[in-house]
Amino acid sequence: MKNLSELTDFYYDTLYPTLIKLEKNRKNVRYKIVLLAIVVFFVTFLILYILNKSSSLNFDVIIFIGFIYSMIGTFIYKFLLKDYTKDFKATIIKPLINEIDKNLNYTPSLHVSQRLFEKSKLFKSQLDRFSGNDFVHGKIDDIPIQFSDIHAQKEDKFDDEIRLETIFQGLFIVAEFNKHFKAQTIILQDLAQNTFGKLIGSWLQSKNVTRDALVTMDNVEFEKEFVVYSTDQVEARYILSHSLMQRLLNFKKKSSHPVHISFIDKSIHIAVEYNKDLFEPSIFYSLLNHKIAMEYIQTLHLATGIIHELKLNQKLWSKQ
Amino acid sequence: MFISIIIFIGLVFVLILMYNSLVSKKNQVANIFASVDTQLKKRYDLIPNLVASVSQYMEHEKSLLSEVTRLRSEANKPNISHGHKMALDAKITSALGSIMVAVENYPDLKANENVMHLQSTLNELEEQISAARRAYNQAVTDYNNAIEMLPTSFMALAMNYTKKELFEITKDERQSISVKDLFSSK
Repeated sequence: MKNLSELTDFYYDTLYPTLIKLEKNRKNVRYKIVLLAIVVFFVTFLILYILNKSSSLNFDVIIFIGFIYSMIGTFIYKFLLKDYTKDFKATIIKPLINEIDKNLNYTPSLHVSQRLFEKSKLFKSQLDRFSGNDFVHGKIDDIPIQFSDIHAQKEDKFDDEIRLETIFQGLFIVAEFNKHFKAQTIILQDLAQNTFGKLIGSWLQSKNVTRDALVTMDNVEFEKEFVVYSTDQVEARYILSHSLMQRLLNFKKKSSHPVHISFIDKSIHIAVEYNKDLFEPSIFYSLLNHKIAMEYIQTLHLATGIIHELKLNQKLWSKQ
Repeated sequence: MFISIIIFIGLVFVLILMYNSLVSKKNQVANIFASVDTQLKKRYDLIPNLVASVSQYMEHEKSLLSEVTRLRSEANKPNISHGHKMALDAKITSALGSIMVAVENYPDLKANENVMHLQSTLNELEEQISAARRAYNQAVTDYNNAIEMLPTSFMALAMNYTKKELFEITKDERQSISVKDLFSSK
């Protein structure tokens, strides 16, 4: 598998002609969007001015106009971006993924299934809306892996109003694990101990009725960062060997975002909370901008890198 | 009068909670020791096969092999204490480790499929035993903490609960969990 600097070279060398072409499209799209914003602003101003003259302006009318405009605006915005996004994914993201490993397939419009997401048991809330894109699946070193962008939401009802609340938005990765296990082990970010301190925090965690039994791990740094729940105390430790705990800590540091992990039914599930849609083309910054480029490359490298990083390709003898 | 009844009920309630918590911690230790025991038994079962497979090649390690056999038969005796079992486990782990290191010196053994199979199985078992030991140590730590800390220490004294021993996890063992020879490379 290619390392980060090789991928960066590939992005700036091989993809350079494509990037230059896309840059033209990007500037074009940006120009149209700015123009659209200016037109919308002046038309709104004009409408408000006319309504004010005819003294039929009130709060409800402003809300209504705002709503209509945001609908139309979003529609036109998406329409303007459609071709550019499609080109970007086909000519930049796809070759990048192929460069990482030839055995990976990329489908921009699909995502990891809702069934798999629910099976991971990482998020307990009821899912009302589930969407995503940029689905990558295949095998790295013969280990099945799949990941995609996921946006899971639930509906909160306030009187007559329904508000959408995000349960999870970010990268969701599923890969085959290299050890046999039957139990369910879930690793979450340690919020309680960080908020209430070790004693009260761990007491609260042990009383979490929505989760299985609390497993206290014998790695201080890991315990500080994560909280582990499992149906089997011994198997949780069989999965979480000292070396895997260290590797998961490194993965967490590398991702620099909240990470949730579960081991269920032969697979490892990793949810990295980015709280934004990933692998989308940049509009207001150049695609040649190093920061922008590194965001695409690093995210892809992080997702595909778990096989080597967590040594999932070193299967136990009995799993070979 | 009413207040004293409430205080009395509250006190009884707290005592029940403390009692139950101690009993559940003690049972947790016993449960996890049972899984340690299961894993250890699996390893004992492999020893005769291993000894038979390597003894014809290993001329210089005869004493090591007979030592492992002796330890195994001792560990298989009924009614031995937890402490003794733990001590035997440590000895067997170290003896098996030495045999595995010695295997490296015999090219014939390294080419032997049966020995390689046994070695891989032992490595997997070693990981499972190590996990069970760590779980046991955590359960014992929770139990020992409850026995030593206030206010449960008074209850533990009344129940005649005493501190339990931990499995010693040696430095070597900690390393052996992470090194690649625990996995047979592809």
